[in-house]
Amino acid sequence: MDLYEYQAKDLFAAHDVPVLPGDVATTPAEAKAIAERFGQTVVVKAQVKTGGRGKAGGVKLAENPDETSAKAEAILGLDIKGHIVHRVLVTPASDIAEEYYFSFLLDRANRTFLAMASVEGGMDIEEVAATKPEALAKVPVDAIKGVDRAKADEIVAAAKFPAEVADQVADVIVKLWETFVSEDATLVEVNPLVRDPEGKIVALDGKVTLDENASFRHPDHEALVDKQAEDPLEAKAKAKGLNYVKLDGQVGIIGNGAGLVMSTLDVVAYAGEKHKGVKPANFLDIGGGASAEVMANGLDIILHDPDVRSVFVNVFGGITACDAVANGIVAALGILGDEAKKPLVVRLDGNNVEEGRRILAEANHPLVTVVDTMDNAADKAAELAAAGV
Amino acid sequence: MAIFITKDSKVIVQGMTGAEGTKHTKRMLASGTNIVGGVNPRKAGEKVDFDGNVLPVFGSVAEAMEATGADVTVIFVPPAFAKAAVIEAIDAGIDLAVVITEGIPVHDTAAFWAHAVATGNKTRIIGPNCPGLISPGQSNAGIIPANISGAGKIGLVSKSGTLTYQMMYELRDFGFSTAIGIGGDPIIGTTHIDALAAFEADPETAAIVMIGEIGGDAEERAAAYIKENVTKPVVGYVAGFTAPEGKTMGHAGAIVSGSAGTAQAKKEALEAAGVKVGKTPSETAALMRDIMQAIG
Repeated sequence: MDLYEYQAKDLFAAHDVPVLPGDVATTPAEAKAIAERFGQTVVVKAQVKTGGRGKAGGVKLAENPDETSAKAEAILGLDIKGHIVHRVLVTPASDIAEEYYFSFLLDRANRTFLAMASVEGGMDIEEVAATKPEALAKVPVDAIKGVDRAKADEIVAAAKFPAEVADQVADVIVKLWETFVSEDATLVEVNPLVRDPEGKIVALDGKVTLDENASFRHPDHEALVDKQAEDPLEAKAKAKGLNYVKLDGQVGIIGNGAGLVMSTLDVVAYAGEKHKGVKPANFLDIGGGASAEVMANGLDIILHDPDVRSVFVNVFGGITACDAVANGIVAALGILGDEAKKPLVVRLDGNNVEEGRRILAEANHPLVTVVDTMDNAADKAAELAAAGV
Repeated sequence: MAIFITKDSKVIVQGMTGAEGTKHTKRMLASGTNIVGGVNPRKAGEKVDFDGNVLPVFGSVAEAMEATGADVTVIFVPPAFAKAAVIEAIDAGIDLAVVITEGIPVHDTAAFWAHAVATGNKTRIIGPNCPGLISPGQSNAGIIPANISGAGKIGLVSKSGTLTYQMMYELRDFGFSTAIGIGGDPIIGTTHIDALAAFEADPETAAIVMIGEIGGDAEERAAAYIKENVTKPVVGYVAGFTAPEGKTMGHAGAIVSGSAGTAQAKKEALEAAGVKVGKTPSETAALMRDIMQAIG
């Protein structure tokens, strides 16, 4: 789960990483009130989970409360790379002497963590990595030994931070590591980390990604979920414990196992090339136990997606038996009754497939077509979706 | 021969008395796996009857190994306790630990991997968040259904469980030396490269199917490895061409970040290494079918 800048900075502050004060506003009037409290020039920053806010007009200086209100009005509602701005962070403007870059992240290839630091901060770090790789220090971090002061000094030296800030930066790095570990983050990024004219080091921006697998030991992280911004179908699926991602096509997909479902999306997209360019409407993995209830929940979500024109149920019976899946589909259609109106293409293979196909044949539901192979079933589902477009 | 597990493997199950552990211990036994016991410190000394197969429960992996000579452990313990279970297996010095558990925090996986490295990598780790592996007719360590395919000369390595099953099903008339699911988490123990190296060295494996998916650059690195080191024919499949940027697709590691980790880049890297890549699982199986028929 990615956090907003203001949430990231709240976590930083909780771990004693130096940040500027600030407050979040959802209306121009709220923004104005915050500026009045600070009584100085402020920065109004769009809170969106994507980069490039500045270029998109999402970060603006405001010299007084009225201007703050106007700037907030201009920023709220902006569409930044598909992310609509619902909140702005109002924070005192800070004079900047130098800008640096720092992050801890997961290094998948080396199966450990990595510290990345540069004295050329403030810009897109991928650009620095591409154009001036020597300016970006990458220091592997052992997951057990972690980052103590000595390790932080090593990182500071590798990135060639100026001597006058070395101590302070090392101290901040140790605190960022504490944030990274104790919050179960997979990314903690500060860009820019700045030195102000008085020589003080401050995290001026913050980006944090939390590991959702660790939520069982962080009950407080639930409060960081932006329920308002969630896709309503995704939120409904999540509430039912389903692994669902909304996409922009017309063929609803239900399958078992993440890999098989990803593959199903691809196969449907290929098939769609011959059928008016229809595409998959979602990712939905119902997992190993395709019980009637899980199938009904899945179908319920997908059939209520107004974009969906046809549904492709693609199950390989490994541990789950196909007869159980077939019974699940029949029962689910029974539960949904008249709410189920869209055609379903079902492909079953594997464990007890004959019995599964027999059950579907016997039920003879008018909406259900059974097709033998994954590729042919994808083609049929795409054809049916195209007919409904 | 097969890789990593054979008919001589002696298997214990950590978390054998839990719901998942019980269910899959039964299935592994039914497929002929030589399971010699389970581990649960709270039930040490008890015995569990699996349809007439009475298995002892030990207090620790070390005790189980000492009493039975076990060399493989399959781990079903819940995410919160998985790190301790894997570290216990490593410290006991077992040859192979297969971590089935899904949902382990990545800091925990990073920690047990670092522990494995620090202690000299004596234990091979497969997973986590994987279906395990099967050498059909010999041994089955994990949750791969044993009835999909019998023994043969194809080696299969995949990040995905159900795509493993699908591919075994499509090629069941040829059969498999070993099929191994390495898992879909961002940090895993055994990689595509490790499995490719083992298949290359295994005289019973004639050709290899490699299945990847979006996220990270493991497939690209495997492609480079194949080009330099693998002489046996390899066909590939990559899932996730239609996955949007920044969304996790079921597996914790299946995510395209910016321009990194795309299916297209992986496919191109594999093809540049001379690997034939199928557009769909069935097309991939057809490519392997042609190779196996040519080998005879």
